[in-house]
Amino acid sequence: MKTIRIGSGAGYSGDRIEPAVELAEKGDIQYLVFECLAERTIAIAQQTKLKDPTKGYDPLLADRMHAVLRLCHDKGIKIITNMGAANPVAGAAKIKEIAQSFGLRNLKIAAVSGDDVLEVLKAGDQRIEETGAPVSTMANKLVSANAYLGAAPIVEALKDGADVIITGRVADPALFLAPQIHEFGWAMDDWDRLGKGTVVGHLLECAGQITGGYFADPGVKDVADLARLGFPIAEVSEDGSAVITKVEGSGGAVTTATCKEQLLYEIHDPTTYFTPDVVADFSRVRFEQIGPDRVRVAGGTGRAKPETLKVSVGYIDSYIGEGQISYAGPGAVARGRLALEIVRERLKLMGVKTTELRFDLIGIDSIHGDRLSTVSGCEPYEVRVRVTGRTDSLKEAVRVGNEVETLYTNGPASGGGATKSAKEVVAMLSALLPRNLAKPAVDYVEA
Amino acid sequence: MKLRDIAHSRTGDKGDISNISVIAFDEKDYPLIEAYVTPARVREHFSEVVHGEVIRHTIPSIGALNFVMRNALGGGVTRSLALDAHGKCLASALLDLEIPDRIA
Repeated sequence: MKTIRIGSGAGYSGDRIEPAVELAEKGDIQYLVFECLAERTIAIAQQTKLKDPTKGYDPLLADRMHAVLRLCHDKGIKIITNMGAANPVAGAAKIKEIAQSFGLRNLKIAAVSGDDVLEVLKAGDQRIEETGAPVSTMANKLVSANAYLGAAPIVEALKDGADVIITGRVADPALFLAPQIHEFGWAMDDWDRLGKGTVVGHLLECAGQITGGYFADPGVKDVADLARLGFPIAEVSEDGSAVITKVEGSGGAVTTATCKEQLLYEIHDPTTYFTPDVVADFSRVRFEQIGPDRVRVAGGTGRAKPETLKVSVGYIDSYIGEGQISYAGPGAVARGRLALEIVRERLKLMGVKTTELRFDLIGIDSIHGDRLSTVSGCEPYEVRVRVTGRTDSLKEAVRVGNEVETLYTNGPASGGGATKSAKEVVAMLSALLPRNLAKPAVDYVEA
Repeated sequence: MKLRDIAHSRTGDKGDISNISVIAFDEKDYPLIEAYVTPARVREHFSEVVHGEVIRHTIPSIGALNFVMRNALGGGVTRSLALDAHGKCLASALLDLEIPDRIA
């Protein structure tokens, strides 16, 4: 039975660079996939593109391509990535430039676009899923709207002989499903196999999170050599069964436990995982350890794809101002609490207009609040005061941090290391769009 | 005993929804976590943090539960004022649950 090996070279935009090089060098892979697009990334990239039309792709695109492009070209490894973000066409042009600087020839680069549906949504009658409000009512705050495209345009590019495929918003598992469809000739309505292929995509899309990253808990779940964590490889067979593994000698571990944690990562109902290509069913997946760092996956399936596409909508939500300051030594916690009281009163006195405020003592209660945090009776040696507030303007947001910083000369004794920040918040909501309203397009450039 | 003695866990985020898996290290302990790690207990454990409903899905094929918690991430990962906006630390906090060592 035919098998292919797919490597996962990045699990988020800022991920480590060199594990992908290791995969290309020693992974015996035919495909190298980089998943680099978080919910908000594309909205921020859209703002960058508005300022400079040649930008708007992932900021680490050039670094990643410099690291792997020549190697992948020499070995015939195809690269698939969503690093195009808000501007896949400009991303493709950048890759061409890098290929030429290396003197590479016969490299076909495909840009998949058509996910940008901002104008469609502004003119349409779609509603925001979370709030039920019509999208059109927030038109002046909208930054971006991108539909999650499926595997089809990537499969088309592979058929056309593309060596590198760079996309905008595409469902993460589709980046991995596309080469499986292409290599095995699966039908686009073979729901069982598309479901299996989606399980593989889901397992690989966060890269190191299935090879021992985001897993270690010393004494309970030990993982060796996380500083040199190896990224995953899926060895997929024509019937959709797969083995998850990694490069021999790399750090980390592939075990049934690491696979189980990743199977349920960011999943709601495991029987109904919506993607543009299939509604995948993870509920009967089984894992079997068949060797060191080798886990067999079986039991995934799926049913007919949904009629609508999910759209990720970016908008200017608010501004957030923040200030922090530290206290140490005897009485640190009491001084920290006094500092919080002072800032609370100052914000009121000065009439800083906030719609939400939060007062934390880092080291005491900042993560889960009072109740869960009162475990030991010991007083920590140091605490860090943190005050954040949501405002309607950047100017007001700045005032929140100011009231923490001025604790230096106006607050409790020995406060140190004050920092402050204020930022615009681009937040994300979602909407559903009839499939036919998003029009995927594939453009090619050659080096 | 603590849930951490027999299970491991991972948190994921989507908007204002957090999901936490609870996975038995040994699949023979699955009935125990199924019996005692109920949506009501999880809701109570996180009463200060989670403000919406808690739904539990079961995945017996891998000996795991999956909790889906609404209004759990301070209005959503992309706008939350929280230090841990993703709720990544929730999984470890859940493993602190005290549970009986056999089904009564």
